[in-house]
Amino acid sequence: MLEIVGYSKGHWGIPNIKERLNLGGIVEVTPKTMEESVAGNGLLHRRIFLAQAGALLGVGTIGMLDSGAVQAQNIQGRPPWMLAPGKGVGAYGTRARFEAHVQRAAGSAPGMTGSGASRTPLQHLQGIITPNSLHFERHHSGIPEINPDEHRFLIHGLVDRPLVFDMDMLSRYPMISKIHFIECSGNSRVAGLIDEPVDQNCGVLHGLVSCSEWTGVPLSILLDEAGVDPDAGWILAEGSDAAAMSRSVPMAKAMDDAMIAIYQNGERLRPDNGYPMRLFLPGFEGNTSVKWLRRIKVTAEPTMTRDETSKYTDLMADGTSLMFTYPMAVKSVITSPSPGLDLNEPGVYEISGLAWSGGGRISRVEVSADGGLTWGEAALSGPVLDRALTRFRMAWRWNGAPAVIMSRAIDDTGAIQPTRDSIIAEKGMNFAYHYNGIQLWAIDAEGRAVNTYA
Amino acid sequence: MLKGERLTLMHRQFFISVVASIVFIFEVCAQEGPNLGLEATVEEIVAWDISIGPDGEGLPDGAGSVSEGANVYAAQCTACHGEQGKGQVSDRLVGGHGSLTGSAPIKTVGSYWPYATTVFDYIRRAMPYLQPQSLTNDQVYALTAYILFLNGIVDEDETMDAQTLPDIQMPNRGSFRQAYP
Repeated sequence: MLEIVGYSKGHWGIPNIKERLNLGGIVEVTPKTMEESVAGNGLLHRRIFLAQAGALLGVGTIGMLDSGAVQAQNIQGRPPWMLAPGKGVGAYGTRARFEAHVQRAAGSAPGMTGSGASRTPLQHLQGIITPNSLHFERHHSGIPEINPDEHRFLIHGLVDRPLVFDMDMLSRYPMISKIHFIECSGNSRVAGLIDEPVDQNCGVLHGLVSCSEWTGVPLSILLDEAGVDPDAGWILAEGSDAAAMSRSVPMAKAMDDAMIAIYQNGERLRPDNGYPMRLFLPGFEGNTSVKWLRRIKVTAEPTMTRDETSKYTDLMADGTSLMFTYPMAVKSVITSPSPGLDLNEPGVYEISGLAWSGGGRISRVEVSADGGLTWGEAALSGPVLDRALTRFRMAWRWNGAPAVIMSRAIDDTGAIQPTRDSIIAEKGMNFAYHYNGIQLWAIDAEGRAVNTYA
Repeated sequence: MLKGERLTLMHRQFFISVVASIVFIFEVCAQEGPNLGLEATVEEIVAWDISIGPDGEGLPDGAGSVSEGANVYAAQCTACHGEQGKGQVSDRLVGGHGSLTGSAPIKTVGSYWPYATTVFDYIRRAMPYLQPQSLTNDQVYALTAYILFLNGIVDEDETMDAQTLPDIQMPNRGSFRQAYP
């Protein structure tokens, strides 16, 4: 058993000889390659990955060991792809066929074609940007096929001048680009609000979140041109799908950072993300970023649509319900290791995951490998952006014994991702939306990870 | 041209271009926007505005009774929502009273929905699932009346229209709180 070192910031603890014997006993640690323990059960300072002695330390690769071994045996042969010219250039790219297994997890209600969701396979992706083809989907009556030449966008209601725009007009407005996550407020419900832990992978449990660079026109410019009445407190946004999905949004948000998004990760929006235009509301629950946007009505009060009353409201344990719970709370999840990505042998691994908050930037992510007894601070890797997915990384020496690993995120408002128990104590089990509890993965002695509650 | 004069000229050109840039930036910032939108006519707005406020704002002319609604329901709704709104492949519409604090809450129009106007709005915009916006306003009023009747909210002989519908008090209305503002 390792000593409990607690918070790790600035900690330079050097494992004593007893600890080393318990760390799998693979290598003799020399002063040059000493592992800096930052928390219990093998969490290490990630500086270990920078040390040139990484190979000596036995750095493992998750789920890759076998293919690595085969390659090593064949290293003297000439691979067939070197013996003839490859395929030529093409007008539109496709991914390697060996990656075809990386798929969204899709499901829809029987007999309800078009109404359903598909989830981003978070466990197979790296960095913070979600490829457009793997961005999660949630549709309420299918994906409309909209001819952009025929699409019109109306702003009306409490305005001086009701205005109609077409796509050509909108394309002439000054545009902005922002990298933001979008998350369905029903995300992670199956990860925490079911009586028994659901045995599924990270994408199925948490994949109703994705992150893109969104480019479009600030909504405030268009509202200013229409001339918003001082009595206006809200807007109603309506989609051009068969559900005419509609939501009310506070005017303050509409005038602050709302965007009419036209591009996603450099290309025009895909049909499943609102082509030819969608509302985009940074940090708000995804349903409010209405896709296939055709109409904004400026109103004094919320319209009380079906999707902000009977759905997307949070039912508390006492039977009351909260409406307009817009911001997505601070959350994180370890994407690797995670169910389906096994550890092949004891050794040093990188724990990697994603953190995000509708409240702002991620300021810190902490990781525990001993079931929450001790925590070490993970490195935030790559850009740390306002209301964007943020990649975190942590080094871990897995000693081959069963372990429970987890992460918790803290944002720059000071909000801390809570435990499942504390959320349920506060809200009960029926609230269905905005669940952001800490995700635990139990690693068994074979190196397999599963969803667990304790 | 002497070397010094050329430099002076270059400086002057540079100075002019900087001033021009500043003026340009100032003008861009001072602009409200490109003002490319076309003013919408009343007819265009009426044709597009299908949303109904909780105070009944936007409710169209027309009316429908519970008995008429029963007929429309049998033809258009039973396949997905079951006999008398008891649920099938799609949401149950009836019952669930007292279930919201239990372990399996049943959210129906009767047990959960806070506004009757939303029933009209949602049926008209999105139902029937395979032919949305195909019902007449009279049919939508009738369906609304029938579903409210099934939930014990209106009597069997009642008719819904732009005057009566906004006055309906939904049983669960008092249980909703707004997190915003």
